[in-house]
Amino acid sequence: MVSGKRIYADFKVFSVGYLRNKFGLFFGLIFPVILILIFGAIFSGGGTGTVNVFAQNQDEGVFGQNIGDQFLAALNESTTIKVITVDASENFADYLAAHSASDGIIIPQSFSADYLSGQQVNVTVYGNPASSTSGIVGGTIGGYANYFNLQRFNGSMVIGLSSATVNTEQTSYVDFLIPGLIGFSILTSPMFSLVNISSEYKKTKLFKQLSLTPLTKMEWLISKVIWYIVLTIAGFLLMVGVGIFGFGAHVTLSLWLIPFLVLGPMLFAALGMLVGTVTKNPETAGVIGNIVTFPMMFLAGTFFPITSMPQYLQTVAHILPLFYVTEGLNNVMVYGNISGAIIDIAVLGIITLVIFVLAVKLFKWRED
Amino acid sequence: MLPIEVTELKKHYGNLKAVDGISFSVKEGEVFGLLGPNGAGKTTTIEIMEGLRERNSGDVKILGLDPWKNGYELHKKIGVIPQEFTFFEKTSPREAINYYANLFGVKVDADEILKEVLLEDMAKQNFENLSGGQKQKMGLALSLVNAPELLFLDEPTTGLDPNARRAIWEVIRGLKAKGKTIILTTHYLDEAQQLSDRVAIMDHGGIVAMGTTEEIIQKHGSGERLEIHGNKKLADYIKANTELQVKYDEAKKEITIPIEKKIDALAALAAAEQSGLDWGEIQTRQDSLDDVFVKLVSEPIEEQGNTESIEKTSKKKRR
Repeated sequence: MVSGKRIYADFKVFSVGYLRNKFGLFFGLIFPVILILIFGAIFSGGGTGTVNVFAQNQDEGVFGQNIGDQFLAALNESTTIKVITVDASENFADYLAAHSASDGIIIPQSFSADYLSGQQVNVTVYGNPASSTSGIVGGTIGGYANYFNLQRFNGSMVIGLSSATVNTEQTSYVDFLIPGLIGFSILTSPMFSLVNISSEYKKTKLFKQLSLTPLTKMEWLISKVIWYIVLTIAGFLLMVGVGIFGFGAHVTLSLWLIPFLVLGPMLFAALGMLVGTVTKNPETAGVIGNIVTFPMMFLAGTFFPITSMPQYLQTVAHILPLFYVTEGLNNVMVYGNISGAIIDIAVLGIITLVIFVLAVKLFKWRED
Repeated sequence: MLPIEVTELKKHYGNLKAVDGISFSVKEGEVFGLLGPNGAGKTTTIEIMEGLRERNSGDVKILGLDPWKNGYELHKKIGVIPQEFTFFEKTSPREAINYYANLFGVKVDADEILKEVLLEDMAKQNFENLSGGQKQKMGLALSLVNAPELLFLDEPTTGLDPNARRAIWEVIRGLKAKGKTIILTTHYLDEAQQLSDRVAIMDHGGIVAMGTTEEIIQKHGSGERLEIHGNKKLADYIKANTELQVKYDEAKKEITIPIEKKIDALAALAAAEQSGLDWGEIQTRQDSLDDVFVKLVSEPIEEQGNTESIEKTSKKKRR
């Protein structure tokens, strides 16, 4: 029954029309990028910020003198590093992981004794080679080690650096923002468009007209879904590009993203059509569309992580379909949590199927 | 098999009887006009025939098919311009024709169709930039893509200026000349008269008159009559001195005398001359479709719905 030829014909007319409409293009592609630029600029602090470095001082000191403390105090004086002290009883690697942090330093137990007696001693610098901050941290600590060596031993290497690799990636706001805003554009562009189109077409009787051709409503909806998938992927590439090259975001790109870039637009195109179909006129459709869209826009983890919200709102977030898109995107792009992403895909798939079937069933070409 | 057979068709919305048991049929190659004021049931009727609405009862066969049950097949065989035709704003007539051709799975020469509807010079303009008349022409063009033998044109010229209307008429005449069967709804009487072989006048969901316009005028109109502009004295004089039925309209200062034989007119004029009273303009008149329409239809057509015609109608009712 479903004809690829007719879907293609409808897709062609719709996409050409869409591209001719600068307004739609702006909201589909440019607007989310502008949001990244705005939010990225606000939260990146213009690049003058300092790097948080977790430090565990195990130095026991000698004669009431703790060189480890002096060393950390000196590091803290630098403009590039802010030292955050970690209690000596903590397992350092676990502590970093728990704080999604990758930069750290451990001052060994015998630091003061060795330093004062001129014996070589290494501080351990933790870092993630993939993270842009690791180089800064390593360089700064190395510099201060040299300074301490110079001060007392004319530069002969007493304090050395040994490095340890940490796999937890330090997530910055922009890392989180990119999946969030991709989710935002997956929601808004198909949703608002389809609410508008389906209620307008109903009002102007364009649907009736299309019903007089062999095009079926299923074919019509599939063609819209395909278009919004294309638009979503274009927007995705644009946003990831701006995030990486504009703000040094570190996000992982993987094939696991594809289900989200396909199911997301499908879900929200169908949901938009559902809203446009069950409402009487474009005005009501717009209002209902906003009621459905806005809570998702803010509560489903687009602009800030839902873990920063109170518990009851987190519960609310779990019933919003967009949550599974943003959580899934974050799982793949930021946390590398594929098993989590698979659960998101499953939930999203079921919601999408239900909404899509409902939209096709309730949507009427003709009247009775 | 007649292209269109409608028997005892009924459609109601709650208590409102939109279409109340109408029957008619249309022959091949015929242009059939459905005429009536807004709300008479024209569009409901035509949409039921197109398979866009479900009927409550009665029998409807379009090209031998039940339009509601076999709508999908029927739509491949008919062409339709819905009322207030609109299309995707950013699509040009040529693109639209090719789009329809792809949907119908037919090969067409878009330019030839555009020429047929006199729209070739706007082939590349987006729909939103077309004038009202050009939009309707594009609708006509789309209704022709699947080369239908049967066309439904629902108020194809409503809201157009006189020139645009005439241009659409030209196109419709061209289609008629090609032998296409056309159902046309309109509330312009001249349009129905100009284009249709037969018309049905609808009012309140029923057909109040059907036939060629001449037949309808003959059946429902009053015959030829003489109208003399003059005063009541003159009217009374003519009445007293002839055998004629004389009516006087005080407001218009108009004396109306039905003429059964030519000699009646002479008798009336001789009496007027004899009276020595002043009389002005004289004319003989026959009911036009307009007059018949106003008589038959309880509500005036909206486009002509100024106070004067409402008064006229209500007066007629009272009589």
